[in-house]
Amino acid sequence: MCQTCGCALPDHLQHASNEHDVHTVEVLEGLKAHNDEVARHNREHFDRAGLLVVNLMSSPGAGKTSLLEATIEALGARYRLAVIEGDLETENDARRIRARGVPAIQITTGSACHLDAAMVHRAAHALPLEALDLLFIENVGNLVCPASFDLGQHANVTLLSTPEGDDKPLKYPVMFRASDLVLITKTDLLPVLDDFDVDAVAAHMHQLASAAPVMALSSKSGALDAWLAWLEAGLVERRRPAFRPAPPAEGACLLSRPRGLA
Amino acid sequence: MHELSLCRSLVRQAGRVAAEHGALRIRRICLRIGPLSGVEAALMREAFPLASRHTLAEGARLEMTRCPVRVHCPRCRREAEASVNDLSCPRCGHWQTRLTGGDELLLVSVDLADTPLPPTG
Repeated sequence: MCQTCGCALPDHLQHASNEHDVHTVEVLEGLKAHNDEVARHNREHFDRAGLLVVNLMSSPGAGKTSLLEATIEALGARYRLAVIEGDLETENDARRIRARGVPAIQITTGSACHLDAAMVHRAAHALPLEALDLLFIENVGNLVCPASFDLGQHANVTLLSTPEGDDKPLKYPVMFRASDLVLITKTDLLPVLDDFDVDAVAAHMHQLASAAPVMALSSKSGALDAWLAWLEAGLVERRRPAFRPAPPAEGACLLSRPRGLA
Repeated sequence: MHELSLCRSLVRQAGRVAAEHGALRIRRICLRIGPLSGVEAALMREAFPLASRHTLAEGARLEMTRCPVRVHCPRCRREAEASVNDLSCPRCGHWQTRLTGGDELLLVSVDLADTPLPPTG
């Protein structure tokens, strides 16, 4: 390292002569400012079209596509659905969705481990947003990177399949903290997995100071009611007129007369 | 390994600041990173030379300040340090705390060089 100014150049002679020119500029900007901006733009598109956008995240093989197939089966007749599929390679998942009569756009990321807002923006433009009620984004199977990139979705749903173990929220706190809902999948395997405790997942979520609901289901053997009800509640929420005042904090009263005034 | 794409975006951001100030070179970039940001400082350090090659930031020093995880407990009405996977209040054990630090991912400042001197007179 250069001893003159502390830069990483081994040879400070290249710049030692104009050392007095160095000055510090304060920036204080998020490192993901660009992605966040595109995500905001996506959200504007989605809000204008009045559809609900759900980002599905999990480790590979937790059952995201199977859940989508079962969800299409249950809701496909009543709602207009579409799916954006993210995978490193292949169009397999998009094909599975299209086979159910639902439009699917496949994003193949090559070696990128997550979807970003720009990829979703391009994919969204290939879909008739105005003619949709519900758009699912199936993120790349990965419990680390997708958590760091806002896509413009309205809700993050993280799947945790029973063979993965119930302590995943503690191992991947960034991902699970970003979740609005946790779905424990493959509950049909619980009889052969004696070490998975469904209640422990909710306790681990509390340990992350998250009040996100935790639901258990099996895409194979049904019992999707709670998940479907959550989606339908989200759809109702999206269609409500935009102004939603935040509930006042406990004990606070917005219309109280200032103290000391008669 | 999303640190490489974050580093590329960081280099673009710093380059924009340099361009705004008419600087020819970036000497140092200072970041603030919390462990709950999902970004590893060590991986950023590895990715930075790749991301900055052939840019104004090539050869610049990347300085990262790690921020502690902090929570505010509404019951104790106090702030305390917590760990990445246990955000409950270390005093009373209450779980519904609010994160007040530890998820930062911030470009704090950029040191620029070769700025043309302001016109005199």
